[in-house]
Amino acid sequence: MSALLEVRDLRVAFPRGRSDEVFALRGVDLSLKRGERLGVVGESGAGKSMLAFAILDLIQSPGRIAGGSIRFDGQNLLAMSEREIRRVRGKRIAMIFQDPMATLNPVLTIGRQMAEALEAHGRISEREARRRSVEMLKAVQVPQAEARYDAYPHELSGGLRQRVVIAIALLAEPEIIIADEPTTALDVTIQAEIMALLLRLCREREVGLILITHDLAVVAEVTERLMIMYAGRCVEEGPTSEVIARPRHPYAAGLLASLPGHTEPGARLTQIPGSMPPLGALPEGCAFRPRCEHAYARCHLERPELEPDLPGRRVACYLPLGGRT
Amino acid sequence: MMSAAEFRRRFLRDPTAVGAGIVLLALVAMAALAPVLAPQNPYDPMQLDIMDSEMPPSWLPGGEDRFPLGTDPQGRGVLSTIMYGTGISLLIGLGAVAVQMLIGVTLGLIAGYRGGWLDSLLMRIADIQLSLSTLMLAIVALAVFSAAFGPDLYSDLAIFMLIAVIGVAEWPRFARTVRASVLAERKKEYVDAARTIGLSPGTIMRRHVLPNTLTPVLVIATIQVAEAIVTEAALSFLGLGMPATQPSLGALIRSGFEFIFSGAWWITFFPAVVLILLILSLNLLGDWLRDTLNPKLRRGA
Amino acid sequence: MTDAPDTPAPEAPEPAPPAATGPLVSVRGLTRQFRLPSHFLALKKPKLQALGGVDLEIDRGEAFCVVGESGCGKTTLGRIVMGLLGPSSGEIHFGGTRIDRLSESQRRPYRARMQMVFQNPYASLNPRRSVGQTLAEPVRALIPGSRAEEVRDRVIDVMETTGCAPDWADRLPHEFSGGQRQRIAIARALVTHPEFVVADEPVSALDVSIQAQILNLLADLREARGLTYLFITHDLGVVRHFGSRVAVMYAGRVMELATTAEIFARPRHPYTQLLLSSIPKLEGGSFSKERPASEPPDITRAQAGCPFAPRCPIAGERCRREVPKLVAAGAARCACHAVEEGRVAA
Repeated sequence: MSALLEVRDLRVAFPRGRSDEVFALRGVDLSLKRGERLGVVGESGAGKSMLAFAILDLIQSPGRIAGGSIRFDGQNLLAMSEREIRRVRGKRIAMIFQDPMATLNPVLTIGRQMAEALEAHGRISEREARRRSVEMLKAVQVPQAEARYDAYPHELSGGLRQRVVIAIALLAEPEIIIADEPTTALDVTIQAEIMALLLRLCREREVGLILITHDLAVVAEVTERLMIMYAGRCVEEGPTSEVIARPRHPYAAGLLASLPGHTEPGARLTQIPGSMPPLGALPEGCAFRPRCEHAYARCHLERPELEPDLPGRRVACYLPLGGRT
Repeated sequence: MMSAAEFRRRFLRDPTAVGAGIVLLALVAMAALAPVLAPQNPYDPMQLDIMDSEMPPSWLPGGEDRFPLGTDPQGRGVLSTIMYGTGISLLIGLGAVAVQMLIGVTLGLIAGYRGGWLDSLLMRIADIQLSLSTLMLAIVALAVFSAAFGPDLYSDLAIFMLIAVIGVAEWPRFARTVRASVLAERKKEYVDAARTIGLSPGTIMRRHVLPNTLTPVLVIATIQVAEAIVTEAALSFLGLGMPATQPSLGALIRSGFEFIFSGAWWITFFPAVVLILLILSLNLLGDWLRDTLNPKLRRGA
Repeated sequence: MTDAPDTPAPEAPEPAPPAATGPLVSVRGLTRQFRLPSHFLALKKPKLQALGGVDLEIDRGEAFCVVGESGCGKTTLGRIVMGLLGPSSGEIHFGGTRIDRLSESQRRPYRARMQMVFQNPYASLNPRRSVGQTLAEPVRALIPGSRAEEVRDRVIDVMETTGCAPDWADRLPHEFSGGQRQRIAIARALVTHPEFVVADEPVSALDVSIQAQILNLLADLREARGLTYLFITHDLGVVRHFGSRVAVMYAGRVMELATTAEIFARPRHPYTQLLLSSIPKLEGGSFSKERPASEPPDITRAQAGCPFAPRCPIAGERCRREVPKLVAAGAARCACHAVEEGRVAA
């Protein structure tokens, strides 16, 4: 089966000075099958949110998509007019942000906003909108759904607001949900509630999910496939459980080993020395090279491409851990 | 935060800023060097000749090379009066802003750091002050002064009066800005860190909070100098500002206004052009400073 | 700009010599209310109960963790212990001396012995002061009579111990990354050689690969300098890795208190159990069971009974009526009627 979403060599550039540009994405491939759940993991500045925005053509000026293609259900999103793309964005591909208030309008009731999402599909009576919205609020387990329908966003707790955002996203019956750090602002018990809900809904409704987060454990819980990003590129990709059990890229391995709470208590955490270089000052060769203890001459000269590795996996490293295949 | 070198680099890269800077620098130099450069000292009655009055600029018929921009009804060269007048306008602008800053920054710091009823009181006073237009306030104050002092004493003191009145009338702008930045800064953890080493509130204010509130003060100060010059010009135009013997740009514009319809347009026109250039360059520089120094705007770029 | 000490050395009583026995820090019956903004004529002034009676004892050399979700009062607790906030009631003892009622000049000798690391390294360093100035300031303020070269030696020494390069001293904070800034903030906390450090979410603002660097540094410093930590965090992974003992807080109260190993092996309080089962795990399984939507506790309203009762799966009638006390339960201390009554295993 061909992929529902196919991103090839995507590049996003921001101007620096008058004639120079800095690339926030430096050639990213991504593919998502119908109903598949993909995790995109990276630290701040790795470009993971940029990827989400680029897929929906939401890169704000002066940034621009500087190359690549995004094919969704056979159509090239980058060749579409703004009108055509609006028929995809928020409808066939929905988006959930870290801050629910970025999606919810503070001066409109929850019900009004849900009705608007429904009306975008075609004319619908007020009673019908209410019935379907309340039904959806119940589906995302908002307690007292009838009463919440008439509430304003500020009257809800953070967790409930995120449930409402999910409900609004689902009203459009999307094929893909892109969730950018959807639970980062929430407490851990609320995170568990929201992610469990999202996981079940995606499974039941066969909605694809692109989950963007810095938290490897969340990705491990929710997704089937995993992409690890570093400095605007994907450095490793593969089935989530396999990548976590046996990381091939030294950065992926370092990230996993540095997680507190997953090693022997009190033992020294493995730390990756240094920090990610700013995108405007990347080194020659492999971007991770200055922090990599395995780097050798070739890593200084050439940039490793993301290439097939173990079955179903790809890695961008000349010396993957555990030897070359 | 930005280093001096980075600041200079950004400045030189922006043609608007460089242009405004050059114009401002030229006007300031012209005013500062007026006693040396001006062909004539307009304050010295010995150098004036009533026979020279209302001469057109030198390139028009009837003009003379001695007066490149023509003369006014009292026989003063327009170029010379502009050179001296720009100095007076700048002096009043800078002086008034110094008064505004002194009052505004002090009260803003106190209101922001102390909070409570004192904050409420100061800010209500500021609101009242802002709700009265500066011009109205100045007209009343200056009219009272000139009536009380008599015209002679008043014209001697006019420059100080203008500085004081415009200074007092506009302090709330600084006070509010400083108060807002103090409120934002004092919530930051570096202030808590200073408290955990037992520094007194006064020391924390002076050493930690105040330096971090100065950026917006600098931006406002630039714009306020322009505002103060405009206010002074307006007051002078209404006859409440600088006397005709010691004219500022506004007073010059006024002095020529009644002659516009008799054809002597140059008496008003040239001072007006200089005033516009001065205000425009100050405002453009102020806008540039705001855009450059405000990290919020910069992050969005 | 040179910084003179603000005031001459105050006539303060010498700090009591550190008692070899007894806890280093103890907190008794600590409560704190905040007044919520209201109309000044309103008859009822709404209040928020941030701490509802907290008792803790922290022994020397411990890495005592306080864990809980937003609004549980953990940050308020740390700020009260440091004297950044006053308690509404209760006592704080440091090295056997009650410190919450001291005047600023009486408190000064203790300030050198207890320091704080803040959450946000982008806000905790004054952007206009060089690293050297920032590090010298606590020495000048808290160790009166330090000569210039003593101050310099201390700054150089603390920079070396915390992994700050010597050439950082003349640079401004904006030149550093988040991890480097947090190192500087730790150096500032340690420059007066304190015994006790309150660390409020010191790694939450950092990226994962940087978190490990800072956690390792804090662990090394604990060993090298015999530091005692009050470590405030929402991250149970960090607690498990770092903590020797842990207090689980909810709605301004301690729900459970035990050694870290005990909490993770045998969580007794239903809230602790919920918290532990909510942590995402690399091996999966935490999000497979769906839970009904829960509401955070409303700490603006005085409530009878256990604050966790509305979310508790085993709450009984007594739980809604009577606040449970923190009492011994096996190897832990637990504030739960069900555990106390033996309805669930202790």
